[in-house]
Amino acid sequence: MKILSKKIIADSFGIRIVKLTLSSFEISRKARAGQFVVVMVSEKGERVPLTIVDSDAQAGTIEIIFQEAGLTTKVLGSLGAGDNLYALVGPLGRATEIKEYGNVILIGGGVGIAEIYPVAKSLKQAGNHLTVIIGAKTKELLILENELKSLSDKIYVMTDDGSYGEKGFTTTILERLLTQDKYNLVYAVGPLPMMKRAAFVCQPFNIKTIVSLNALMVDATGMCGCCRVTVKGEIKFSCVDGPEFEADTIDWQELENRNRMYLDKEQHACKLNFQRE
Amino acid sequence: MIKEPIKVKELSAQERVNGFAEVVSGYSEQEALAESSRCLQCKNPACISGCPVNINIKKFIFQVTKQDYAGAYFTIRKTNNFPSICGRVCPAEYQCRKGCVLNKSKLAYCSPEAINIHFLERFVGDYGMRNNLEVEIERAGEPPESKVAVVGSGPAGLCCAGELVRKGIKAVVFEGLQSCGGVLRYGIPGFRLPRQVLDYEISCLIRSGVEFRTNTIVGKTIFLDDLFQQGFVKIFLGLGAGVPSFLGIKGENFCNVYSANEFLTRVNLMSAYKFPEYHTPVNIGKHVLVIGGGNTAMDAARCALRLQKTSGVKPDVKIIYRRTLAEMPARRLEIEHAQQEGIEFKFLTQPKEFRSDSGGFVQELACLDCELKEADESGRRKAVAKDGSDFNMPCDLAIIAVGLQANQVLTNVVPDLKTDKYKDIVINSQTMETSIKNVFAGGDIVGGEGTVIEAMGMAKKAALSILQNS
Repeated sequence: MKILSKKIIADSFGIRIVKLTLSSFEISRKARAGQFVVVMVSEKGERVPLTIVDSDAQAGTIEIIFQEAGLTTKVLGSLGAGDNLYALVGPLGRATEIKEYGNVILIGGGVGIAEIYPVAKSLKQAGNHLTVIIGAKTKELLILENELKSLSDKIYVMTDDGSYGEKGFTTTILERLLTQDKYNLVYAVGPLPMMKRAAFVCQPFNIKTIVSLNALMVDATGMCGCCRVTVKGEIKFSCVDGPEFEADTIDWQELENRNRMYLDKEQHACKLNFQRE
Repeated sequence: MIKEPIKVKELSAQERVNGFAEVVSGYSEQEALAESSRCLQCKNPACISGCPVNINIKKFIFQVTKQDYAGAYFTIRKTNNFPSICGRVCPAEYQCRKGCVLNKSKLAYCSPEAINIHFLERFVGDYGMRNNLEVEIERAGEPPESKVAVVGSGPAGLCCAGELVRKGIKAVVFEGLQSCGGVLRYGIPGFRLPRQVLDYEISCLIRSGVEFRTNTIVGKTIFLDDLFQQGFVKIFLGLGAGVPSFLGIKGENFCNVYSANEFLTRVNLMSAYKFPEYHTPVNIGKHVLVIGGGNTAMDAARCALRLQKTSGVKPDVKIIYRRTLAEMPARRLEIEHAQQEGIEFKFLTQPKEFRSDSGGFVQELACLDCELKEADESGRRKAVAKDGSDFNMPCDLAIIAVGLQANQVLTNVVPDLKTDKYKDIVINSQTMETSIKNVFAGGDIVGGEGTVIEAMGMAKKAALSILQNS
């Protein structure tokens, strides 16, 4: 549960994205692409799910990447090498189904780029042809470009303000690609509107589209149902049935609503409990 | 002439709803002596067979009358590791007290005349806790270097570990959450079972040599095979029934519709009632509806009411139940306490559909009136909704407490582990061994939702069998 190293990988427009390397022999041995850990920063902290971006069973380490948004991620970002987490548990959730699909498009938006990285790595090893589309608000907030470049057969970079790559949304490229060529799988992680848009874009092409959801969680082991989403009209728990689901089957509006359930309280707790030194 | 039962002291309803302090204060020595003197010391005490772990109730009560409290403590501890916990949470009126010769009731639960065995047990348990009484460790046949893995630190796991360590076997308990106790910690609120009592019982186990590994999920962090490879000779699975059931009605995923498990976990495990000092939030409704009639429903309703009180909201919590008071499976004491605290009961009511505001927050619950029909094979009278009896109840926060199912995190990844249609683990009822050799199970993961003491009964049986067939 010790933090071995910390790196601020983006810091611009008031947004900070941080990478932590954590020591956990057990989690590093079991972690697979698509899975996550739950972190508590202190005895009084929340249980917060974060994707495992990389793991090294030999060294007994895992990596997480997060954007400082709420209280927990802000406190987490204020910790440094040598500090201990109060709790670290995982790997949780179902792993991505890794096999040879053929032509695969991976889309990452914002900090979601970190989540497609381990999936890209595993899919590449399984012999897939990878087309990667990554997007960020602006050039300084684009993460893991080089890492993904080395894995992908083709990479597209998008920024909202056009400061780097092409100006526009990742889903615009997605639509263009799907019209031009035949693909077997689309895998998208990013802000909710992006994933929702990806689902919409993919639908007419009848292509399997997987998204990884960021529902709120408490225990994250299937015991509370905080993270429930409606998939194909049925209640599913993101923590144990997901976090990945097929995009066209999700009730997006409900998820959007549920993720806003504590917005006012979160802001309040953040103001009260956190001051950056 | 039979003496009147001794009432136990409690915080007044007005006092207790302002926080999470323990409601029942317990017997004083004088009260315990008076209550124990009511016991007739029957020749064939039916109370003992009513107890899932067969505590020698007759003997311990006799010892109390002789003021031999330490003796009484060791009598209980012979068969029950956690008298202070069981004395607080056991539904004694459905178990030991029901067999009491003084019981005049023909219902599923006893009448008030039955000896207050649970309060006496608590008195004795707390005496042991105050005086740090320790039970001696006996050595069993198995060499001390062999170790057993216990999966889950709820009632079953704690009990099994306690039994094993007492016989000189090393027990390591694996817990997925950040702290131990299972449902005793995340489910049962502090006003029923103070955290100090639970912490004390766990600290006793640690002192006697039990090792606890929190944040470790067997089936995720570590697998059964890993445990065998690490030298554990046997494994006990006390996984529990922690997966909440939902109603299957429209609107169940609206904002502010909680499972009781989520609501209670936020409040109890994560201390959301101390938000924002503790970072986990929980929403507080103005019109709270709790659906269900068991202990979980009572716990959730009483927590919700306390949250309203402590945050200056006018209390309004209603319990919605399809049947009537008599059929409610909750402990009678909890029902009484809930009523005293001002929780309303709406019986013979079936939820039909949640409706929301434009932001997706629940706004009202559409309901139907029910009527009770003849008893079915299970002996319970069936509640049937009346057509056209629709009505709406205002509701800005709902808590669904209609039962729990087996935890499947482990059983899903071990196909060899045989489960039944409810995903409960199938065991040999003689040995508590599962379909995998040297893997045993007990508690709610076997046979579904039961009581704390029933889980302990199974765990004890499994521990015995672990000790024997080595």
